[in-house]
Amino acid sequence: MQDSNQIINEVTSGDYKYGFVTDIAMEVIHKGLNEDIIRLISVKKKEPAWLLEFRLKAYRYWLTLEMPDWAHLKIPLINYQDISYYAAPKTKNTPKSLDEIDPELLKTFDKLGIPLEERKHLTGMAVDAVMDSVSVKTTFKEVLSEKGIIFSSFSEAVQHHPDLVQEYMGSVVSYRDNFFAALNSAVFSDGSFVYIPKGVHCPMELSTYFRINAANTGQFERTLIVADDESYVSYLEGCTAPMRDENQLHAAIVEIVAKEQAEVKYSTVQNWYPGDKEGKGGIYNFVTKRGLCKGKNSKISWTQVETGSAITWKYPSCILAGDNSAGEFYSVAVTNNYQQADTGTKMTHLGRNTKSLIVSKGISAGFSQNSYRGLVKISPKATGARNHSQCDSLLLSATCGAHTFPYADVRNETAIIEHEATTSKISEEQLFYCNQRGISTEEAVGLIVNGYAKEVMNKLPMEFAVEAQKLLTISLEGSVG
Amino acid sequence: MNAEQQYIELFTTYENTIRLSASDVLNAPRTQAFDDFKRLGFPSVRNEDYKYTDVPRAFAPNYGINLKRFQVPVNPYDVFRCDVPHLSALLYFIVNDSFYDRKQPKASLPEGVYAGGLNHFAESYPEIAGRYYSRAASAGKDGIIALNTMLAQDGFVLYVPENVIVERPIQLVHIFRSDVDTMANRRVLVIMEPRSQAKLLVCDHSIDNVRFLSTEVIEIFAGEGACFDYYDLEESTEATARFASLHAKQEATSNVLVNGITLNNGLTRNNYYIELNGPFAESTLCGMSILDKEQHVDTCTHITHAVPNCTSRELFKNVLNDRSTGVFSGRILVKEGAQKTSAFQTNRNLCATREARMYSKPQLEIYADDVKCSHGMTTGQLDENALFYLQSRGIPKEEALTMLSIAFAADVLDNVRLDGLKDRLHSLIEKRFRGELSQCRECRNILS
Repeated sequence: MQDSNQIINEVTSGDYKYGFVTDIAMEVIHKGLNEDIIRLISVKKKEPAWLLEFRLKAYRYWLTLEMPDWAHLKIPLINYQDISYYAAPKTKNTPKSLDEIDPELLKTFDKLGIPLEERKHLTGMAVDAVMDSVSVKTTFKEVLSEKGIIFSSFSEAVQHHPDLVQEYMGSVVSYRDNFFAALNSAVFSDGSFVYIPKGVHCPMELSTYFRINAANTGQFERTLIVADDESYVSYLEGCTAPMRDENQLHAAIVEIVAKEQAEVKYSTVQNWYPGDKEGKGGIYNFVTKRGLCKGKNSKISWTQVETGSAITWKYPSCILAGDNSAGEFYSVAVTNNYQQADTGTKMTHLGRNTKSLIVSKGISAGFSQNSYRGLVKISPKATGARNHSQCDSLLLSATCGAHTFPYADVRNETAIIEHEATTSKISEEQLFYCNQRGISTEEAVGLIVNGYAKEVMNKLPMEFAVEAQKLLTISLEGSVG
Repeated sequence: MNAEQQYIELFTTYENTIRLSASDVLNAPRTQAFDDFKRLGFPSVRNEDYKYTDVPRAFAPNYGINLKRFQVPVNPYDVFRCDVPHLSALLYFIVNDSFYDRKQPKASLPEGVYAGGLNHFAESYPEIAGRYYSRAASAGKDGIIALNTMLAQDGFVLYVPENVIVERPIQLVHIFRSDVDTMANRRVLVIMEPRSQAKLLVCDHSIDNVRFLSTEVIEIFAGEGACFDYYDLEESTEATARFASLHAKQEATSNVLVNGITLNNGLTRNNYYIELNGPFAESTLCGMSILDKEQHVDTCTHITHAVPNCTSRELFKNVLNDRSTGVFSGRILVKEGAQKTSAFQTNRNLCATREARMYSKPQLEIYADDVKCSHGMTTGQLDENALFYLQSRGIPKEEALTMLSIAFAADVLDNVRLDGLKDRLHSLIEKRFRGELSQCRECRNILS
């Protein structure tokens, strides 16, 4: 057993690969948060008056709120005046082609393995890259626009499709939703906007890559996805940040609207800098993600692989309003060293015959704390609702913690809901079984961890599955996979 | 005036009266509890643990409390016939909140065993009582416990010395008897010295049709190797509200079984706090409620594994009809270093009507890695296929539904380790499902 403990130790002490800093000219506004700052952001983004009004409303509401403390997290006091709310790579004009983009920037995204260049046609993925606060480049725009698909940065969408943005922004996550949603609504700088028209099956994966680069800044982006009747889209999101000793704040909002028969698949590989082995530095990831299954037979599926961030506070949720709509949540959350994660989902069943499925896998190592928190709510009108939740935790050290806090509120007698949770470590029997068959303990640990996470990994699109596998490797060991 | 104020005024005015009728041991924590109550107040619905039960509302009406210890004119022994056949239990009574000491069972208990009134025990053995009373239930964390501790004047004690085995089960009957709305603050103290064994059955009954409110604090100390069963059967009325808090502290290799069954009630809140403080301790915690009309049962369990090698099993079932509400909130906490812990928690609920509400929140909080912990929760209806199967064999639908409901509830009874009681509970539950038992018949007209 000594052996395997040692191996697990080695395995769980991999390094963060994306911690480099890009040396690029940045425009960062001064620190602090007040109405003037918000007006400044709005001016910089040449926003219409209604949007500024929205921001100011959100800001005034935010002032009335207190930082929530119900999560199973120890969050140090955050000084919201000590953060810069806008940072952007300096460009003279919006780049028309790749040649105009700062080569440093291209290199950055190359290093991250993001196919910004259109020659990487074969990867078949359209990418919107967001560095700090602004969208750097969106690829494949033309191909997509032929089908009527709008895929652009949020600021562009505000300029070109203000009616769509105005209609849907805040319709799923209102600025009054919670503390961080209010903050984001006040200061959000950019993000992605996707609109899939009626009956269109998006031919490629859409992807956004978020990168925090500047120091002392926060990142506040907003993603809005609207899938009209009978459409389909698969959307991927990835994120990384440099290694810094300070903690940086990331508070994003993701809103999804799925209309009749529409399906949206949202996958995240979250790999913000988790802090060093002593728990110094790292990103605070406080995100509000919610999807609304508005129409009949619509479906929203969340898949997330969470390996980064010092603190994660994130509950991708579904409101199942349309009859027969379905929500899914697949999650692997890995915490190591001093990371803390409080993550899970909320499934709100409103329509008839709505279905939801929750599969959550937590892996804790080092001194980390990993919590699943979920709510399944069946409203009185949700006749025939069905839910199954499964939350498993795997513990890799004696000093870490794994917790489950599932809530179930049932207000309709025809609902059937089930919840199962288990917590265990890799058993000596499992390791012995592998050893006996000539598999070394190190390989066996890898095998078991991978097998454990497979149910979720299988739900990721191909391009991401590879990255996610690699991430598990980095987060947990030298050679898992 | 908020709900707390009347109790604060009551205590300030009658503190001396309360103190006069109680022993020093009971009086000792009173002032501190009063301070705690003033500080904490009643938990509101904004308190996560009390989200679905409106405590201040339950305590708001003006209840009478028998502070001056008037004797209630009743002889429960003459009229109480709710004895369980083949159980031959030793019977004790608490009328409202006073121990009924005018007549006690003739059968003798093994030497050194004490079963009887708390006040008498505290006066006769102040040292032992002082060592245990109010030591498991902390008034500093819960306003209701604080209220109970500050007002409690009597209760029941079971003390079993080292190596003594009490063969015959002991039955304690809590009776509510009053012509006006009444509140009772009850205490049960169980002290099991190392390697002792006993079984205690507690029944809650309300006799009259007035409003009753009880706060109950049950403290169980199980010494090394002790074995103790606690069965709690609530058979009260719709006008009865009960706030019970059970605290068990278990030492090494002890084995404690707690089984709480609610057949009839109004508003019930049951808190269970089990602490496994010695290695190889075992705990079984289970419960069941059958609810209809506006009945409300809120169960909150906290099992703490503080040391390695302990086992806990938890099973709670609710059957909900009409507009009833069920709440289950269960937490298993495995502390750092409590390796080789096995902890299992199951909550299953049957919702039979649209208006019935079930809120469930099973939780695991684990700080050790070499553990086996799981929880499972389901809420749903009876299986249509099973129902069809029975109907296709000529069993009428109503009958089939009853059969399946009984089967659903039955496995909580598998945890009853007293055969006589198990049979009795089976028949009680069957009657309850058939609607024949709106109240335990034997208990009616207890007063002549």
